[in-house]
Amino acid sequence: MSADAHAVHHTVTGIDNRKFGMWVLIGSECFLFGALILNYLVNRDRGLVGPKATDIFNIDITTLSTFDLLMSSVAMVLALHACQHREIKKFRFWTAMVILGGIIFLGFQYFEFHHFIHAGLGLTTNVFGSSFYLLTGCHGTHVFFGVLWLTSMLVTSFIRGKEWFPSVQLEVAGLYWHFVDVVWILIFTVVYLFVYL
Amino acid sequence: MAKCLPNTGVISWITTVDHKRIGIMYAVSAFFFLLCGGIEALLMRTQLAIPNNTLVTAGTFNSLVTMHGTTMIFLFVMPLSAAFFNFLTPLMIGAPDVAFPRMNALSYWIFLFGGLLLNFSFVVRLAPDGGWFNYANLTGKAFSPSHAIDFWVFGVQILGLASLIAAINFLVTILNMRCKGMTLLKMPIFIWTTLVTQVLLILALPVITVALVMMTFDRTFGTGFFDPAGGGQVIMWQHFFWIFGHPEVYILILPAMGIVSEILPTFSRKPLFGYTVMVYSSCAIGFLGFAVWAHHMFTTGLGPWAQALFSAATMLIAVPTGVKIFNWISTLWGGQIRFTTAMLFAMSFIAMFTFGGLSGVMHSSPPIDSQHQDTYFVVAHFHYVLYGGAVMALFGGIFYWFPKVFGYYLHEGMGKAQFWLYMLGFNLTFFPMHFLGMQGMPRRVFTYAGDQGWNLWNLVATSGSYVTALGGVMFVVNIVYTMATKKKKAPADCWDGRTLEWSLASPPPEYNFAVDPEVKNLDDWWHQKYTHDGRRLTPRYQPDVDPATKHLPHPSFWPIILAAGLEIVAIGFFFDEVGHYISVAGLVVTLLATYGWIFEEA
Ligand code: HEM
Repeated sequence: MSADAHAVHHTVTGIDNRKFGMWVLIGSECFLFGALILNYLVNRDRGLVGPKATDIFNIDITTLSTFDLLMSSVAMVLALHACQHREIKKFRFWTAMVILGGIIFLGFQYFEFHHFIHAGLGLTTNVFGSSFYLLTGCHGTHVFFGVLWLTSMLVTSFIRGKEWFPSVQLEVAGLYWHFVDVVWILIFTVVYLFVYL
Repeated sequence: MAKCLPNTGVISWITTVDHKRIGIMYAVSAFFFLLCGGIEALLMRTQLAIPNNTLVTAGTFNSLVTMHGTTMIFLFVMPLSAAFFNFLTPLMIGAPDVAFPRMNALSYWIFLFGGLLLNFSFVVRLAPDGGWFNYANLTGKAFSPSHAIDFWVFGVQILGLASLIAAINFLVTILNMRCKGMTLLKMPIFIWTTLVTQVLLILALPVITVALVMMTFDRTFGTGFFDPAGGGQVIMWQHFFWIFGHPEVYILILPAMGIVSEILPTFSRKPLFGYTVMVYSSCAIGFLGFAVWAHHMFTTGLGPWAQALFSAATMLIAVPTGVKIFNWISTLWGGQIRFTTAMLFAMSFIAMFTFGGLSGVMHSSPPIDSQHQDTYFVVAHFHYVLYGGAVMALFGGIFYWFPKVFGYYLHEGMGKAQFWLYMLGFNLTFFPMHFLGMQGMPRRVFTYAGDQGWNLWNLVATSGSYVTALGGVMFVVNIVYTMATKKKKAPADCWDGRTLEWSLASPPPEYNFAVDPEVKNLDDWWHQKYTHDGRRLTPRYQPDVDPATKHLPHPSFWPIILAAGLEIVAIGFFFDEVGHYISVAGLVVTLLATYGWIFEEA
């Protein structure tokens, strides 16, 4: 990607501008998800009709998808490591693994939503459902953009050839990916585990 | 493609990524929207001049209130502040440009399209009418079935995105691109208030984003977040709105405070009194700004604990604010004051803002607030801080930096005439509103009966608004006259200034600094000109070099295309049957533009 030309740009903090920008965006996203989680907590037990959380959650399946997403973060670390050490095969392989992890997670989410809708919880059934879909849907959208982003980098890698090692860009994408993972851990705890308190 | 784009003409402005040009475009757009918001205000005041007036209908009045408030806040004060951030930030910190030049262009175009979308509602006769805080459940499908509210929801959503992108950009620029020697506590005070403003934007905007998405879902997909019938809660909108909305008012006032803190020292020939304390109090204001939102909701029945805490927090904010006011006054104390137009505006800011602050701290007490809520007293209060405060300071900034931006001084005589028309008109309009409020005149009413004792003050207020409008005309004449005659050319350091932008030619060259600056002191430019005992030194002005020797970011079409893509996504929501095709088409444009952007040579 073109920004390479400026990769060694002097900055005051020594942190690359793009990386710094991502950190700032993450700060903003904390408030975005904070608001969504708060809204969910307020509305969790306020549904007047339709199923409640305890009726439909399937903790086993969600644990599995959480595990999958966490593993994709491990792959992300390995991909970045390979990129920084200029090992093209490993870089491509682990990036592909991250993408795969993301896609599997999205698959889980698709089936979860599908299952819930069959169980009678649509987007508009009650405020619990609306808040749930808004929160997890927003997270899913973030995963989707991450998948799109990393796929674009992988494709670019094949176009640009074996000498292209976008360490900074991958690190920025990695920051994003890890953040989205961390948010999921929070959602998993607050949405899926608190039900059993 | 980027390399062969021209340097002058319309295309060059559409594709520019130069922070100085983007700043100018922000300012021009903001003044266009000021005209819109001003006309709306005059219509309202004309309607209210006499009792039982029938100039506009109740429905139209609702739209006028809503669009006036929304326009003044999101389309005038915020973008005009952004114009100052854009033009000044790199110059004041000694940087070649902002951290992400193309993103800077992107945020401008998103803002412009958002503003146009909002105002397009007038063309299709569906101007939003839910007030500038758009309270649920009045704005739900049940009570507002037409697309009017959607214009507001999507307009504000788009404007928020523009501000968020800009905020990330400026935050990174300020923290990462300062010149050699400029530690945090050597930054000009305007840069500090800019920094705090960006932090507020970054943390407050996502909250309104979420609230607007929820409202979109309620209105478009039939969820019931704000609908008690299905277990939702109306009050949630108020909480979300004000968690954003209160930081928002500091987002409006902090840049103005920064501008005033730059103007006062220059025209008093004294350093800013208590610079460090000014920095800390700006941070304190920013921090406390997040802890007081519920003072907008005292009458909703929050309960004694919440009321007590929010009341105390609100009073606490008066402390750092008071510190600032004393610092400004101490800056003037003993100075060699030059009463330029910019200085007059800056000094009036101190007085008017203090006034608005005093009426503000009055409603931090819940029992008193329950008398003020939704009366003209509140209208008087927030116009004193927003207009007497923010807008006066912004005009001061215009007079102060205009010669730097365009190379010519604005006409001082006309400037002073404008200033006095503003002062007179403004106080005539808004001072009597305190009385009206105390006498119980509610806000947002389109007319009133003649036997309430409100007639006189309403007439006075309306006449005042026309005086203000005259001041506005004076400003336009001044600009046109200055640019047409180009009489008084401004030298580089036209006011004997203190910060780095005055070491550059007026207007500054495209590449900003020919030689990377290095600073040793706060107000470094001043210390290059004078010794401590006041002897004159010969400062080193920035030399002129061949622009070809400087690496500049290339102009680009992608920002405007990407912004257009996002706008199309929003437009899709206004069409019932083909709507989703339009939105998807917009997404495709956005995506293609993103890829075009990434693979373009920056
Ligand atoms: C000559 C200048 C101005 C005049 C005559 C004026 C007049 C008015 C009037 C008549 C209202 C409606 C009050 C009501 O019925 O409740 C209003 C509301 C408002 N104005 Fe202004 N105004 C002026 C300038 C400004 C400026 C510069 C700002 C902000 C920077 C501003 C911000 C607002 C806001 C936020 C509202 C509240 C809208 C709402 O209730 O939703 N105004 N103004």
